[in-house]
Amino acid sequence: MINILWFIIIIAGLIIAACTGNMAHISTAIFKAISDSVNLSIGLLGPMAFWLGIMNIAEKSKLTELIGKLLRPILKYIFPDVPVDDPASGAIVMNLTANILGLGNSATPLGIKAMQELQRLNNYSCKASFAMCTLLAINTAGLTLIPATLISLRAASGSEEPAVILITTIFATLVSTISALLFDKFFRIFSDNNH
Amino acid sequence: MPAFISIISSWSIPLIIFLIISYGFYKKINIYETFTEGAREGIKTTLNIFPFILAMLIAINIIQASGAMDYIIRGLRPLTGFLKIPEEVVPLFFLRPLSGSASLSYTAYLMEEYGPDSFIGKVASSIQGSTETTFYVLAVYFGAAGIKKYRHSLIVGLLSDIAGFFAAIFICKLLFL
Repeated sequence: MINILWFIIIIAGLIIAACTGNMAHISTAIFKAISDSVNLSIGLLGPMAFWLGIMNIAEKSKLTELIGKLLRPILKYIFPDVPVDDPASGAIVMNLTANILGLGNSATPLGIKAMQELQRLNNYSCKASFAMCTLLAINTAGLTLIPATLISLRAASGSEEPAVILITTIFATLVSTISALLFDKFFRIFSDNNH
Repeated sequence: MPAFISIISSWSIPLIIFLIISYGFYKKINIYETFTEGAREGIKTTLNIFPFILAMLIAINIIQASGAMDYIIRGLRPLTGFLKIPEEVVPLFFLRPLSGSASLSYTAYLMEEYGPDSFIGKVASSIQGSTETTFYVLAVYFGAAGIKKYRHSLIVGLLSDIAGFFAAIFICKLLFL
């Protein structure tokens, strides 16, 4: 699927650019993508090393299992296929916590860690398991209770009340997260169960 | 409220680290070695996902530079007008799932242009703050796990972005207009 999508996006972009006379911007955009990818990855390198280091301690000390057991009721409901005492549960909880607290830089490494743990339970199949789809749905929906980046951006642009968007953001993020979970459950009907 | 938020923001990470390290120490684990071992894995993972980030950014930057978005927005004008969506925030609808940095800088531009406390500034902040960069999360998370078949993940991500977008506009109209 991603194969076709990638092709379509690039070809559509090139054709539209050719028709609209935007071709000059395309090469600039490609070179910008190349350098941006390096900047993004380097920006991710530190948080990634740091959080996987911390998570390794949490895992080896069996703290992740403990967290998973503590949050069993919630996890059992959202991720019925994941054993609560599996390291995957702990990693999922850490990822969700980082999201909710608005720690964007930390949420990504923890989410990747959780995804890798789920992939282990998925027997390293190339097809996403239902649990992986659910975790991805929550992460793309951007569940957060503290939009820290936005509040500081608003403060920086001279807002009188930078945190006034807190309620509206929480409302919108709850709507998108709940609909993500519902859509995820709904589309499972059309998804075959085999790996 | 802001004081409360800044307390949570500044305390949460140190507190999490304190808890994890103390628990590891209490369980008699060589925390220093365990940390560095995990960090090495983190570096490997980052290198592994680099190709996915590159591939995704190229496609997204091409479609953005092609000017396709202007045409789509123009085509959607009757619909956005009918739904009474402020025209200025419509680009966010397309930018937000595609590129975190592009949508953040567009939000910053709107705040500069209309003021952070204007209705448009508030709507833009709410949209930007309430959802994630769907394509980035999809490429990076599944790339790192070695997933090639996404099942319904992309459609679920995009549908929930749409839901979040309309929810943000709805609640802002209700509270700020």
